[in-house]
Amino acid sequence: MSSPLFSRRVLLKAGAALAGTSALSAMPQIASASSPLTVGFIYVGPKDDFGYNQAHAEGAAAVKALEGVTVVEEENVAETVDVQKSMESMINFDGASLLFPTSFGYFDPHILEVAPKYADVRFQHAAGLWSADKHPMNVGSYFGYIGMGQYLNGITAGHASKTKKIGFVAAKPIPQVLLNINSFLLGARQVDPEITCQVIFTGEWSLAVKEAEATNALADAGCDVITCHVDGPKVVMETAAGRDCFICGYHANQSPLAPEKYLTGAEWNWAGVYTGMVETVMAGGTIDNFVRGGLADGFIKMSPLGPAVSDAARNQFEATKAEIIKGGFAAIKGPLNDNTGSVIAAAGEAFVETDIKLESMDYLVEGVIGSTS
Amino acid sequence: MADQPLTGGGTGVFAADGWQAALARRSEAVLIPLGALLAGFLVFSLFLLILGKSPAEFFALVYKAGFGTWFSWQNTLSRTAPLLFAALCVALPARLGLVVIGGEGAIVLGGVMAGGLAGAITGLPGPLAIPLLALTGGLAGAAWIGAVGALRHYRGVNETIASLLMAYIAIALMNHLVEGPLRDPASLNKPSTAPLADHLRIGDMPGMDVHWGLAVGIVCCLLSWVLIERTTWGFAARVAGGNVRAAQVQGLPVGRLIVGFTALGGAFAGLAGAFEVAAVHGSANGSLATGYGYTGILIAFLARHNPLALIPVAILLAGFEASSGLVQRRMGLPDATTLVLQGFVFIAILLSDTLYGRLRIFAPERWGRG
Repeated sequence: MSSPLFSRRVLLKAGAALAGTSALSAMPQIASASSPLTVGFIYVGPKDDFGYNQAHAEGAAAVKALEGVTVVEEENVAETVDVQKSMESMINFDGASLLFPTSFGYFDPHILEVAPKYADVRFQHAAGLWSADKHPMNVGSYFGYIGMGQYLNGITAGHASKTKKIGFVAAKPIPQVLLNINSFLLGARQVDPEITCQVIFTGEWSLAVKEAEATNALADAGCDVITCHVDGPKVVMETAAGRDCFICGYHANQSPLAPEKYLTGAEWNWAGVYTGMVETVMAGGTIDNFVRGGLADGFIKMSPLGPAVSDAARNQFEATKAEIIKGGFAAIKGPLNDNTGSVIAAAGEAFVETDIKLESMDYLVEGVIGSTS
Repeated sequence: MADQPLTGGGTGVFAADGWQAALARRSEAVLIPLGALLAGFLVFSLFLLILGKSPAEFFALVYKAGFGTWFSWQNTLSRTAPLLFAALCVALPARLGLVVIGGEGAIVLGGVMAGGLAGAITGLPGPLAIPLLALTGGLAGAAWIGAVGALRHYRGVNETIASLLMAYIAIALMNHLVEGPLRDPASLNKPSTAPLADHLRIGDMPGMDVHWGLAVGIVCCLLSWVLIERTTWGFAARVAGGNVRAAQVQGLPVGRLIVGFTALGGAFAGLAGAFEVAAVHGSANGSLATGYGYTGILIAFLARHNPLALIPVAILLAGFEASSGLVQRRMGLPDATTLVLQGFVFIAILLSDTLYGRLRIFAPERWGRG
């Protein structure tokens, strides 16, 4: 080498360039918001996932539109020390006093760890099972009876299916998911008791490759209407529509992905729920610690029916929906066996949508092809 | 350089053995990575400018949320512990010339084994049971990554690919265990092992909201440094890392070194999993797989596989992660921003590897030559 790679002059120039870069912008503003109420939302995945997180982010957007409220959001926050520190960071740096950490896995131990340290902050958690004797009073849990939405999905699926086989791509065999699978089939069986539903578990909440494989496998097996319960239904919806299957949505409205194939969908209506909770707090009230609601309470809603839904389907859909809204509706009712032959409900026995026993479901009903383990 | 005597013969202004020369030789290992870090920041700043965002605001926010307040420091330090262990899992095999990138697998297995054992030893007192949990986690990790080393040495399987693929197997195994044999029936919607009894939980260090994993992690880094730099085992490993054939000709036990160092690295990663379970989660479940193992790769490369350098680098990276939330909230940048920054820094570090021994400023024996 005849000359050094870096002469002093080159280094000086580089230094000046570096200084220039930072001088290009004004000094940062890190003053925290001084509005009366700051609300924090935390999501486990991307907030535009066409699914679980998007449904919550749509709720956050509605809160943002309220007067006198500042909303701070964070996406892709893992269910570890990550979420604990994100909550504390929102409290310490943004002055948040109402938090919505929305993933199920945030509850125990993370919210339960942080909440006792911040007595004047309210922690609202989706789907947790808050109970007065175990958990702090500044924590609340809320959830909706979305199984009813899958039951209504099932009715449109029952009418649309020619092969009498419908399919379900599921994440994990846990109670919430099992209730959705069972409800989807039982809805379809209101149309035709011969219909069967094949389920494939991917094992993960968000695993696009397996979701696509599972959807293709269902289509190969002859299923012609497909729905799912994974965090982001986008892959399932697009793959199923590409295989010429009809689709029923979940979590959020996926009809823009395949409008011609989309029958309807079971959607969260967090916008209504969240604005209600925030308004309660702003009015000086307290949110109940344990809140559950269904179609009638505006916790869930159905996507507008797609063009492929027949008049007969529409009529049965609307009639059943009206019945559910009246209250006391039971999708799981006797005589009913699970798919291994054990009795779930004897004739005359029924589990209405609000029955807490449904939240520990561990079976697939007769007609569902698949296994919980 | 061989044509130039190290002392006396230079025509330059400085003698090549003065204090300046000593300083120059020593500073190469610090200044080149530092320069690469700055270069990474610079490219990232351009990236932000293209997006119409202010780099100054970004770095001010990183400072504020990562290092600016006592809360920020606790936030950063509480993320550091698993990163230290994960980085050791990369750095130790790297001294033997092995690129092991599957530490994530050892972390989740260490965690699930510790979580499974915890249910069986609730009768033991904490001071006895907690080390047992840590040992179990460490053994699980050691077996997993040690197997990668054994496959490499005895069957010629590429350790990089093997460790990566085995990480997927480990995660599947963990899911199977927490959803099947080890599942607590009461964990309805989030399958987990039974919650650890209170006396088995690892608490925080006095005066701060940071669990003991950080202190143990730092001690492990110090011990690893002693092992590599101050023992014959470490010397043998460095020789084998430099040239396996030469090491074999010298009669060094290359096979045992490879299995031993990979197993030790795996043990540290497994320890990270045990700490996650006993100090953070309180049970083993799917949340164990959050990518610490992959951040550890970046840290080990940034620190050039020097166990002492791992400590500041891990703290720096943890600070980035601690600040990612505030950056999202204040600047409206997506969560992936921190990943992009890490990517630029990583590439700059890899490129800087070509500079070692080529910059005259660090080579006193070439000073003053035209």
